[in-house]
Amino acid sequence: MPIESVFPRLEALLPHVQKPIQYVGGELNSTVKDWDECQVRWSLMYPDAYEVGLPNQGVMILYEVLNEREGVLAERTYSVWPDLEKLMREHEVPQFTVDAHRPVGAFDFFGLSFSTELGYTNMLTALDLAGIPLESADRGIDHPVVVAGGHAAFNPEPIADFIDCAVIGDGEQAVLEMTEIARVWKAEGRPGGRDELLLRLAKTGGVYVPRFYDVEYLADGRIARVVPNRSGVPWRVSKHTVMDLDEWPYPKQPLVPLAETVHERMSVEIFRGCTRGCRFCQAGMITRPVRERSITGIGEMVDKGLESTGFEEVGLLSLSSADHSEIADVAKGLADRYTEDKIGLSLPSTRVDAFNIDLANELTRNGRRSGLTFAPEGGSERIRKVINKMVSEEDLIRTVATAYGNGWRQVKLYFMCGLPTETDEDVLQIADMATRVIAKGREVSGANDIRCTVSIGGFVPKPHTPFQWAPQLSSAETDARLEKLRDRIRGDKKYGRSIGFRYHDGKPGIVEGLLSRGDRRIGDVIRAVYEAGGRFDGWREYFSYDLWMESAAKTLPAHGVDVDWYTTRERSYEEALPWDHLDSGLDKDWLWEDWQDALDETEVEDCRWTPCFDCGVCPQMDTEIQIGPTGRKLLPLTVTTPSADGNAPA
Amino acid sequence: MVQRVRLRYTKRGRLRFTSHRDFQRAFERALRRAAVPMAYSAGFSPHPKVSYANAAPTGTASEAEYLEIGLARHCDPHRLRELLDLSMPTGLDIVDAVEADTSGFADRLLASCWELRLDGVGTEEAEEAVRRFLAADSVEVQRQTKKGVRTFDARAAVASLECVDAGHELGSDGPAQQPCAILRLVVRHLTPAVRPDDVLSGLRATADLAPPVPVSVTRLAQGPLDEETGTVTDPLAPDRDATLVATVPGSTA
Repeated sequence: MPIESVFPRLEALLPHVQKPIQYVGGELNSTVKDWDECQVRWSLMYPDAYEVGLPNQGVMILYEVLNEREGVLAERTYSVWPDLEKLMREHEVPQFTVDAHRPVGAFDFFGLSFSTELGYTNMLTALDLAGIPLESADRGIDHPVVVAGGHAAFNPEPIADFIDCAVIGDGEQAVLEMTEIARVWKAEGRPGGRDELLLRLAKTGGVYVPRFYDVEYLADGRIARVVPNRSGVPWRVSKHTVMDLDEWPYPKQPLVPLAETVHERMSVEIFRGCTRGCRFCQAGMITRPVRERSITGIGEMVDKGLESTGFEEVGLLSLSSADHSEIADVAKGLADRYTEDKIGLSLPSTRVDAFNIDLANELTRNGRRSGLTFAPEGGSERIRKVINKMVSEEDLIRTVATAYGNGWRQVKLYFMCGLPTETDEDVLQIADMATRVIAKGREVSGANDIRCTVSIGGFVPKPHTPFQWAPQLSSAETDARLEKLRDRIRGDKKYGRSIGFRYHDGKPGIVEGLLSRGDRRIGDVIRAVYEAGGRFDGWREYFSYDLWMESAAKTLPAHGVDVDWYTTRERSYEEALPWDHLDSGLDKDWLWEDWQDALDETEVEDCRWTPCFDCGVCPQMDTEIQIGPTGRKLLPLTVTTPSADGNAPA
Repeated sequence: MVQRVRLRYTKRGRLRFTSHRDFQRAFERALRRAAVPMAYSAGFSPHPKVSYANAAPTGTASEAEYLEIGLARHCDPHRLRELLDLSMPTGLDIVDAVEADTSGFADRLLASCWELRLDGVGTEEAEEAVRRFLAADSVEVQRQTKKGVRTFDARAAVASLECVDAGHELGSDGPAQQPCAILRLVVRHLTPAVRPDDVLSGLRATADLAPPVPVSVTRLAQGPLDEETGTVTDPLAPDRDATLVATVPGSTA
């Protein structure tokens, strides 16, 4: 049965909304496949505004991987802003995909990628607009299977009532496996209904179906245990790991939007995973082991990607890009190749200790020399030992001295406030570090226009990290500490005016903390916030702390718990954590030891260069670290693209 | 820079919602994909030489937008047009290209011809509104700008406004019995600029004309205004004439 496009109805609404271009689709490299020729259909959502969601690599990769398969189609959908939401409700226009403007409710799967928990209310808006019942239990055989993925899905319990299943880890192979299961089930005539499809997915061991698990609680509110209620469903659900990145060179043809978006560049993921072992970093813990893309694989993706997009900047993405074993050759090779084309390179995440000036010079050779950004994360040597961010102040000063000596004028430093064991003194030392940076800069450059910006936000403990047991600092204490730091910086007569200070207040962090380490009882809070109009919680102009607290106060007392219980409470070794049955590969006992090491201010090395310290991932997931060097180089390309003057560019 | 080329392009269908900024980014990327040998501006952060003229507002379609690019090597304008058109999304189509052999291009864009489709409005009602609008010496309208509400005359800039026969329209895919008045508007480019929606505000002010659904607006042409016939003529014609003369002996194209 052909599915009608909602575009004619949507089109009449577009003159009345802000930035209508974000809703019309038609991006370069987007795909529209024939509905009836496909047996399995996915709608993929990044639950935030188009300008944030479109550049998301995860969605782009899955979109392409699925659309490349015969008989499978994937389309994208994003959160609509409240101005359009209101009109869609008035005129009964459902949540639509931007590709063919098909209603989301007509697809087999509705996949959502959660980079952050702050997208949960947007999921509910989309479900409701799509005409899909908010709760999994109320859905029928013709409703899409709602799938959560992304980093936040490593603890899907707060949204357990709203999703049908969650997939943790890399999605490339997982979506294909799920597609195959759905194809067979549909071809058989959908035996056993929706429940049977979910059961078949759950039995793979890699798809978590919340309804197949019962949570039992203790009298004090803690979880007693989580038990499967069906046979054949695993006790623990495993994460997915793609082992050879060169076999998955996606996105091959990145989407190029007409609307302005937050990242306008050709992004290539140069490796996945990180073993630096920063204890606060959930991404570094749940994406292990390190798997590098080869230098030649990177070169090929950049080449094809630039050709198909026309972007003028290449972003080399990863959790710590300067750690790629051949980063110097990659940067030099790319800068050499694209000198003529004025293509800039960027390395979004660079560690202080991996930075070197030759690399920085290569990166800025074809483009602008803007600011340099480093993330020491903690102000004192002591707190950096606690968080295992092994960067000494001497390293930092030496690095910035080189940078200022080579013409940079601006350095940005990122920090966190509210780290475990932190005192006022740890945070106030940030001011001292910044003044040393300025002093050194003035000394080596001989100039006074040196600037250093300190950017600081509240720390939120995350599941599957050594800090998953840690108490979160209350928002009042966070704010008080940040004010002291601000006063210290502003009070400095000699250097204060050269130091920029940016900070985020502690309130959003508390909501993020509630959602990050929450359990199924948090679902009521999310629903109450959504019903009271909560939307776009990642946006300062929409986020309402009071709405969240009021909603929590209404729903949580029935369970004998409150917001503090989830956020500022320290957990003990014995406590069953809501996400224990989701297996990231990390051994819980190793995480606990690492937590104890943190409290003892003991550091752990990076296992890429030192022996294994038994975090558990490689044996548990049957994976291993994959790094170079390959010893290969990027060769200059002979460009044969047709050009307007009929000749190849010189 | 060794050559300048002037291009006419369109904003059609759903891509009429492209803002001018969005178009600029898309066009500059298309230049890269098509490997057009662009001339770059000098300075710390070099930009390809592109100048845009008088873009239609976001949400209005156009058959007649113009821009000029500067090239570092000589190109055949026709081949350039083909390559760029292939490289641009469908709807943002590059439909004409001529080598720029004259100056003062922007000064030639003196008027625009617009088509306004008023779905749900009967021809008679529209004709009456047009009559009243044209009969007025001046029609005060207001527009919300970034600096607040601005009041100005929408009548003086209007060179002509008429109801045309809906039967001739192509692409009107709605049911035939649905009333739909089509206006043809020629407006001079004066300061402050009078846009089609200002004329619609004027029709509302003089004759209470209130279309039930958003009016779809298309720029059909912009260029010099032939005062005798009241038509907007091709602004690229002087370049075409100059090129014809210039290309006869030893052309590079």
